[in-house]
Amino acid sequence: MQFMLLFSRQGKLRLQKWYVPLCDKEKKKITRELVQTVLARKPKMCSFLEWRDLKIVYKRYASLYFCCAIEDQDNELITLEIIHRYVELLDKYFGSVCELDIIFNFEKAYFILDEFLLGGEAQETSKKNVLKAIEQADLLQEPRHEVL
Amino acid sequence: MPAVSKGDGMRGLAVFISDIRNCKSKEAEIKRINKELANIRSKFKGDKALDGYSKKKYVCKLLFIFLLGHDIDFGHMEAVNLLSSNKYTEKQIGYLFISVLVNSNSELIRLINNAIKNDLSSRNPTFMCLALHCIANVGSREMAEAFAGEIPRILVAGDTMDSVKQSAALCLLRLYKTSPDLVLMGEWTSRVVHLLNDQHMGVVTAAISLITCLSQKNPDEFKTCVSLAVSRLSRIVSSASTDLQDYTYYFVPAPWLSCKLLRLLQCYPPPEDGAVKGRLVECLETILNKAQEPPKSKKVQHSNAKNAILFEAISLIIHYDSEPNLLVRACNQLGQFLQHRETNLRYLALESMCTLASSEFSHEAVKTHIETVINALKTERDVSVRQRAADLLYAMCDRSNSKQIVAEMLSYLETADYSIREEMVLKVAVLAEKYAVDYSWYVDTILNLIRIAGDYVSEEVWYRVIQIVINRDDVQGYAAKTVFEALQAPACHENMVKVGGYILGEFGNLIAGDPRSSPLVQFNLLHSKFHLCSVPTRALLLSAYIKFINLFPETKSTIQEVLRSDSQIRNSDVELQQRAVEYLKLSSIASTDVLATVLEEMPPFPERESSILAKLKKKKGPGAVSVNELEEGKREGGELNGGGERGDSSAIAGSNASTPSPSADLLGLRTGPPVTAAAPSAGSLLVDVFSEAGVNDDGFLRDLEPPTESSDSLLAEGPGDSDSAPPSVVSEDPATPLPESNELLNKFVCKNNGVLFENQLLQIGIKSEYRQNLGRMYLFYGNKTSVQFITFTTTVTCPGELQSQLNVQSKTVEPLIEGGAQVQQVINIECLTDFSEAPLLNIKFRYGGALQNLTLKLPVTINKFFQPTEMASHDFFQRWKQLSLPQQEAQKIFKANHAMDTEVLKAKLLGLGMALLENVDPNPENFVCAGVIQTKAQQVGSLLRLEPNAQAQMYRLTVRSSKDTVSKRLCELLAEQF
Repeated sequence: MQFMLLFSRQGKLRLQKWYVPLCDKEKKKITRELVQTVLARKPKMCSFLEWRDLKIVYKRYASLYFCCAIEDQDNELITLEIIHRYVELLDKYFGSVCELDIIFNFEKAYFILDEFLLGGEAQETSKKNVLKAIEQADLLQEPRHEVL
Repeated sequence: MPAVSKGDGMRGLAVFISDIRNCKSKEAEIKRINKELANIRSKFKGDKALDGYSKKKYVCKLLFIFLLGHDIDFGHMEAVNLLSSNKYTEKQIGYLFISVLVNSNSELIRLINNAIKNDLSSRNPTFMCLALHCIANVGSREMAEAFAGEIPRILVAGDTMDSVKQSAALCLLRLYKTSPDLVLMGEWTSRVVHLLNDQHMGVVTAAISLITCLSQKNPDEFKTCVSLAVSRLSRIVSSASTDLQDYTYYFVPAPWLSCKLLRLLQCYPPPEDGAVKGRLVECLETILNKAQEPPKSKKVQHSNAKNAILFEAISLIIHYDSEPNLLVRACNQLGQFLQHRETNLRYLALESMCTLASSEFSHEAVKTHIETVINALKTERDVSVRQRAADLLYAMCDRSNSKQIVAEMLSYLETADYSIREEMVLKVAVLAEKYAVDYSWYVDTILNLIRIAGDYVSEEVWYRVIQIVINRDDVQGYAAKTVFEALQAPACHENMVKVGGYILGEFGNLIAGDPRSSPLVQFNLLHSKFHLCSVPTRALLLSAYIKFINLFPETKSTIQEVLRSDSQIRNSDVELQQRAVEYLKLSSIASTDVLATVLEEMPPFPERESSILAKLKKKKGPGAVSVNELEEGKREGGELNGGGERGDSSAIAGSNASTPSPSADLLGLRTGPPVTAAAPSAGSLLVDVFSEAGVNDDGFLRDLEPPTESSDSLLAEGPGDSDSAPPSVVSEDPATPLPESNELLNKFVCKNNGVLFENQLLQIGIKSEYRQNLGRMYLFYGNKTSVQFITFTTTVTCPGELQSQLNVQSKTVEPLIEGGAQVQQVINIECLTDFSEAPLLNIKFRYGGALQNLTLKLPVTINKFFQPTEMASHDFFQRWKQLSLPQQEAQKIFKANHAMDTEVLKAKLLGLGMALLENVDPNPENFVCAGVIQTKAQQVGSLLRLEPNAQAQMYRLTVRSSKDTVSKRLCELLAEQF
């Protein structure tokens, strides 16, 4: 996988993960182009499209679009399920996840993704194992009082 | 306010995020962000040392601001500090910040690497994983240098925790992808393969991605993985859906791992060991069987996971292409999917079937689905699915069904989406040619193509129909008749006029017997379209007219009258004017015999593969063209358009060489500078035509000559004693060129002639000419003194890799130059592939006993091999967009070195060799150019945009080309010119 983007129906980017080196300018350009392309597609359309020399796999969950760019020989269907498994992980962790959870706890969304996918490849597909790792980390932190 | 605040909930962060979300406008958001940035900056700068928690919170805020799309230029140091915190969440935020905002600041990299090193050796698995994640996320070369040795050790060490192994495997994969040279194979590699046997499914899942990537590069070293992968796969496939516990996904056992195993096997040929192979075939059969079983769940996740494995298995079956039974079963399975209610499955089935169609075992099976596929082309609502259907029809086409498929594609074209029309046109054209049994069908098909989708019919398509008609005399009469009929339509496409003009000019006589298509009727029909056409088409029509004069003497006076009219003979376009003048003169001076010889029917074109095919291959994504295809494209381009010339060096002098770029035209109509502009010999060219021997030489009628294969040698040989002079010895170590040689080189980027160098003794003048990927340079060495130069020798060398990029041959010079005399040296240059350096010219001679030695750079720059490409605004921007990979673009912003005079700029850009495109850029101040660099290995299309800013006295120059090194070099060269 080359990158994963999460964006809202309004086109706001909520999470971006790049597994290939690109400059910021290029990242912004790709994001703009893809958000536009995907949002323009109708609901019943197929979840895959050819884009440049990549394959785009996307799926909408409530108000959020999850969009992955994979290479020619990669498997589209299993990528769809990568997306779904990630959604399940978020859902389990936050308890019925919604877009706001990802906005306010963006760092957690990144940590969970890192436990699941690394370098663009599935690292651990067991839901239990991923959540165990994240919850362990949560236990390691200590309660503090907020200093504004 | 936050819906959830899990874990360590940083309240300050949540408040800030809420504030941002409450901002009503972009301005308000920016204001709030600037306030926050100022606050954070003051906290970081303040005297009071911040505690870890605050640091973490502020770093996290900065990260949030960055992810919103704003620039962050501080806070890196604080993030690096967090890395060495022993509190997990602080460290975690520090690593996240570093992963997202990598900074190539070397000082920081050293600190980051230190922190990572500490964590890797901490033996604390959670810390180790964080460090590995960071390396995998950043993946920079510096990190590869620091850790590529360490990570394999962690990966295979016996006491490494499973979670660390998983991270280490994928971390190493990322480093291998970015810096393969730094990841050295070694003792660890064999142990990595055995991770396929690991008890922990997660470890296998992670490790297999690494193994697959390594196997692709070093298949032999990893080939033991095949049997391990087969037995692992077999265990998964035969397991009950609950055996694998949490690795079972919606009743499908380990779908990710299964897909990866099947993918890994695609790196290798079928297993040689019979037992292994038998076991694998059994697995594949089981997977195919399972597809027929009723689903264990109605959830789409279940069917997706199951089918993901099925498609991967089918890919493997196609990859092996050796099991007819499996291939046919795969095909039948895909056939079922073609009618599935899930759009995704229909899409994938069409895509997968495309590859099955090319296997001899399953081609026939694929063909049985033709009706379904045609139906998909007509009824699918999603254009991307229709595109797949069109691809599949193309792939399954053979002699038995070509008429049906071509007819369906033609009828689809009438309503096809604009985005896929051009490709459809090419496909129809290729199929029509490939499977034409009777050529009248072929001619009908192409003329229909032009009628239905004229705008999308590229030049290759109509060139090709002409080549075929010329080469096959059984179809010429039919072609003339059909095209004559097609031209009767009140509104016919300009491409139809081109084909009509050419074919009637050649074969109009074959239908002239019919009074309804008598010569005059034919001429009037063609001429009725004349004023509606563009200049290149008009030029073609003028050539058709002169051919008419030869074919039908009775039309002579009518045509002469047309040629004589002011609108022709005084046309503001030089090409048209020249054709009118010369044709008129030719028709009135030349005897019938001479006319008949000059305007003889075109000889057959040499047989060659269709250039359309090459174009079609290229269309499949500008980034994805393999070298092979480019080779082919180049060969095609060269053959089709390149060899339009015969004769000796005078051909080069007249720069009306036919354009070899793929967009150039067969007839040489859109050539570079017109003949008149090129040489004072426009008159003498005409004279040549009348001298007996000159008829076939190279005159203005070159336009009408068929391409020959001789173009390559044309420039390689000298005008006189061509093969006698050996090339100068090319030495390995180039002398150091004069300090000013770069400046001298820059002088010649936009011009070809001038004084290269001058001192008190010697003057070196240059004249050079380039055509396609060949160039010839004349160097004139002038002795400015009154004393002779003795032992005068010159050596041209190509330093370093230039040796493989340019082929430079120089003739030896006279070793003696008398006082005041001048000697000439010819250098032939062949551009093999794109290059950035310049060849060196070393000159040694004795003057009054003293040895003179100097080295200059020869002004051979990549732009010399440009072929201008004219294009309309729409095309320009489309191609511009196609070249959108970051490395394809090079940009420079620089101060003007010269006055910003529009005319001077234009002249320079023209001198560069590209076509200067008018009315393309919406801003009239800007300049855009297009051209194709011709090298032996490939053609490199390049687009350029120069944006002057008169107020600031600055320019912004952007170059995009299909090859990154070319963009970069052009940008460097040009930045010195303005």
